[in-house]
Amino acid sequence: MRGNVVIAGIGQTAFGKLPGRGTISLNIEACRNALADARIGKDAVDALLVKPPTSNPQFMYGQTLAEAIGLQPRVGGAWDQGGAANISLIAFAAMAIEHRQCEVALVCYADNPRTGSRHAYEKAWGDDAAFGWFGVPAGYAMLARRHMEEFGTTSDQLGAIAVAIRRHGAANPNAQLRKTLTLAQYRESPWVVDPLRRDDCCLVSDGAAAVVLMSAQRARSEGIDRAVPILGFGQGQTSWDVAQRADLTRTAAEISGATAFGMARLEPTDIDVAQIYDCFTITVLMTLEAYGFAPHGKGGPYCEGGRLEIGGELPINTAGGLLSETGMPGLQLVLEGVRQMRGEATLQVPKAKTCIVSNQGGIMHTHSTLILGERQ
Amino acid sequence: MTTTTEDMIDAAFPAPEATDVSAPYWRALDEGRLDFQRCGACGHAWLPPRGECPRCLARQAKWETASGRARLLSWVVYHHGYHPYFAARLPYNVAVVELAEGPRLISNIVEPAEKLRIDAALALVIQREAGFALPRFSLVNP
Repeated sequence: MRGNVVIAGIGQTAFGKLPGRGTISLNIEACRNALADARIGKDAVDALLVKPPTSNPQFMYGQTLAEAIGLQPRVGGAWDQGGAANISLIAFAAMAIEHRQCEVALVCYADNPRTGSRHAYEKAWGDDAAFGWFGVPAGYAMLARRHMEEFGTTSDQLGAIAVAIRRHGAANPNAQLRKTLTLAQYRESPWVVDPLRRDDCCLVSDGAAAVVLMSAQRARSEGIDRAVPILGFGQGQTSWDVAQRADLTRTAAEISGATAFGMARLEPTDIDVAQIYDCFTITVLMTLEAYGFAPHGKGGPYCEGGRLEIGGELPINTAGGLLSETGMPGLQLVLEGVRQMRGEATLQVPKAKTCIVSNQGGIMHTHSTLILGERQ
Repeated sequence: MTTTTEDMIDAAFPAPEATDVSAPYWRALDEGRLDFQRCGACGHAWLPPRGECPRCLARQAKWETASGRARLLSWVVYHHGYHPYFAARLPYNVAVVELAEGPRLISNIVEPAEKLRIDAALALVIQREAGFALPRFSLVNP
């Protein structure tokens, strides 16, 4: 089904602090913008798939949203997979379209942890709270420590990832944090949970994003001239808690990436630009290893020397990612991938024809991969 | 009756909440033992406590006492207090520990973080925290 389904429209809200806006309202704004971008009416939509708000999970959220949008879709609902859910929903929509379960799908996400509650990001891990085991950053710090001790990965190598992404975010007029970061500034950044510093950690943001999917054939018949084909996708669910994993430095992102590359009939060397889920810098390093851009354990040196910056060998997160554009879990990375494949990105990678996008959730518990191709 | 600062901190301790499945684990610690579960069908050993063997799915778990020998897989050092009880003791470490018998758990290492190395040999030390017996570990060669 390589290339049979396209992303025909993208939409988003402003990112940052959006007080007084609930997640339904934010989702509707993003969907309205995505439909306008695709130049297609709401009534054409027969699938509505949503990742529920991370900070405030609700029962039957997909149906609440459908009522607010005034739709009774054939295919609809919410999918709980943390930050991997957006790409997994895009993949599900693509398969549903391919098998004629629906024709036009909206996939969307909204949350407001910035002005609402951020409790979900700081919670204790069950009975292990008795040891002081709290917070999402600590889980990633645990993986980072093992990687650093086992392979000699350095704090400066993690810093190089933050420097690259912050540089890209500073160029994005819609980014929540438009402040470049030098390696010297990174080194001064305070510890949150050692070995992770404040500047290793993503933003906390209000906002929403949405995409419209349909078959490539439907897009042609609708006269949509900026449709971006989906070349491949895959999933891999590590699932187990950090302490239970046989190898703390490997995840099922390897399977997710290999599945997507296989479907797209591409290899890492074929990829022109990447949008890699950067909830923390270590996530980027480990994902690039899992996808085969660098051998296992060699991600640290790979990320140095400007390789990940615009003009480098593999520019990543060209709109600023979670570290700089918005802390929203993942869909903004798909939107930037689409802009790159349309040739419309603010920091456009010249002649980019392929983009890989990663989404993941929990402490690398979940993972989903998407590969996009040049616009039709 | 006056309330001391110590009482207030104790009141905030995020105490483990024993369930039907985990009650024997916490009771053993209270009696000075670290127990883990072993499957009566396939021999697989694990923590945290659960009803079924995650390898063969049998519901034949038996409790067994750990030797106390273990290995340090990774650790972190908190500089941000996510909870008032622990904000008072920053910086502190949290570690992933593997028992010689195989089961893994989250714990604390009693030595300062500067002395820690991955795969270091550890020995069990059961310590009381706000009245609860917790399995912590100490470096065999500090």
